[in-house]
Amino acid sequence: MAAPERRIGAIGRFLLKRLGLAAISLFLLSVLVFFAAQVLPGNVARRILGPFADQAAVEALNEELGTDQPLLTQYWDWISGVLTGDLGESLAYGVPVSDLIGDALLNSLKLAAFAFVMVVPLAILGGVVAALKRDRLTDRVITIGGLSFSTVPEFVTGILLILVFGLWLGWFPVSANAPEGSSFLTELKYLFLPALTLVILLFGYIARITRAGTIESLDADYTRTAFLKGLPRRTVIRRHVLRNSLLPTIAVVSTQTAYLIGGLVVIETLFNYPGMGRLIFTAANQKDFPLLQSGVLVIGIVVLVATLLADLLYSLLNPRIRFATAE
Amino acid sequence: MTTFEDLDPGTPIAIPTRPDEARIARRERIRLLIRSPTFILGNLIVGFWVVCAVFGTLIAPHDPQADDILNKLVAPSGDHPFGTDRLGRDVLSRVIVGAREILIMAPLATILGTVVGTAIGLVAGYFRGLVDEVIMRIVDAVLVVPLIITALLAVVALGPSRITLILVIGIVFSIIIAKTVRAAVLGERELDYVQAARLRNERAPYIMFAEILPNIMPPIIVEFTARLGFAIFALATLAFLGFGADPSIPDWGKDIAEHYQFISADVWWAVLFPSLAIASLVIGINLIADAVSQSFER
Repeated sequence: MAAPERRIGAIGRFLLKRLGLAAISLFLLSVLVFFAAQVLPGNVARRILGPFADQAAVEALNEELGTDQPLLTQYWDWISGVLTGDLGESLAYGVPVSDLIGDALLNSLKLAAFAFVMVVPLAILGGVVAALKRDRLTDRVITIGGLSFSTVPEFVTGILLILVFGLWLGWFPVSANAPEGSSFLTELKYLFLPALTLVILLFGYIARITRAGTIESLDADYTRTAFLKGLPRRTVIRRHVLRNSLLPTIAVVSTQTAYLIGGLVVIETLFNYPGMGRLIFTAANQKDFPLLQSGVLVIGIVVLVATLLADLLYSLLNPRIRFATAE
Repeated sequence: MTTFEDLDPGTPIAIPTRPDEARIARRERIRLLIRSPTFILGNLIVGFWVVCAVFGTLIAPHDPQADDILNKLVAPSGDHPFGTDRLGRDVLSRVIVGAREILIMAPLATILGTVVGTAIGLVAGYFRGLVDEVIMRIVDAVLVVPLIITALLAVVALGPSRITLILVIGIVFSIIIAKTVRAAVLGERELDYVQAARLRNERAPYIMFAEILPNIMPPIIVEFTARLGFAIFALATLAFLGFGADPSIPDWGKDIAEHYQFISADVWWAVLFPSLAIASLVIGINLIADAVSQSFER
């Protein structure tokens, strides 16, 4: 076994490598986003104002946006602003993009956190049950049902939930916005249907990975040994199987972050909830390129940070990385 | 490129070392696959929608485009089993005809993604080194942003059109598929048959497409079926958000978006039936995808 300081060194090196890769991804992402928002449209102002706009107005807008400058200058202006916290100014709202994104991000985080709190335990339970009942009806229902529901678009699930629980049964409000100053519980009640839509979207994937992890550790030698030692089934599952099967689950939960944010675009639009997804949608609808461009980059940063956090958690829990010695 | 397109996933490709064994295994796998209940159910559902897409206007009881303002938002009844929409058009007919657009676009985008993604994955996995490193970094950067947002950005930049939608979805898929194919190639490239081909001085494209590719078809086929469901997911979502290619034709996602405002007035039929149509189609494709991937795992 490695000495403690070497252990920390191994985790540090692992994370440093991940951090480096994330930085490269972020740089490439910024180039791609810039390319999509400022190069693909050809003439940005023309794209915003439409084919019938006056040429002078187009030129004036291009000058205002800086899109008449050489591409390298444009990219440098944007990215140096982003690095100092200046994300540009929204065309549609006339306010700094960072103001809009700050509130929206917080709202989305609230919704996503609520969904995660529900889906993670549910999906882990579902996956473990499916693994224990492998190839029987319960297993098929959980895996096929879960995965089928995750492939149904969020707006379809959302609308079906609104119809059934919002309108026909009248249990939950159909808009996600609680009245100003309502209690935490009332807010949760308003957020329940949108969060449930996310839960349905994510359940299948997480449950599937948990199931695979559980089956793998059920088949492993250490589980056989534990059973042969005469330990009760319950103890073996809790102490030997679950601990090992939850590792891949952590990894998959983080890879679902991007998927979750994509889902938010539709869910927030559907439930009229002022989060990051609806902000991006509004920006796209109004051809608000500065907001769109910086918004997409911020989403990329959020996803990368979530992935890094998951990596950190994973490396702290995984003995194979924790005890890895210097190469 | 032509070498690859000639390789239809359905045609049996003999694995050079032990062709008979491989053929028997494949026949057995196909026999089990076509007997699996999920595969049958999935095909029934998808088959139903394919029939609707092909013969849509012939099956539909009414003209899906015919306005009838006097009979707008009529609840389901004998003449209109699914009711009428905000312009008095027959919802049943629109649901039937609405299958066409999405069932043409989604496979095209998925085929594009699979072909390009397989080529990228083969090159990255076979050559390793700098090429691989550069490709994988770009892959990681693109995967950070959700597909729907990438698509929104592209559609806003280029304007909505069928070509834009197919290209955007195809390119993002090619990146996802490239990752899978690369991983599969890494598993194959050290095997004896690849080494033997190298010693025979075969050219790299030949080794990649004629030697390695036939052996990594299973993950590619699994990816293709799974991605097809996701292409429908993405196209329906974009249409719902108002970024569909052609606003003039019946489209499930667009029809739902246009009638969403009416559900608080208890006009549920104009959104419920197209919603169920989308849900059944993606679930059908997903059942097929699940059965196919199970058959390869055996």
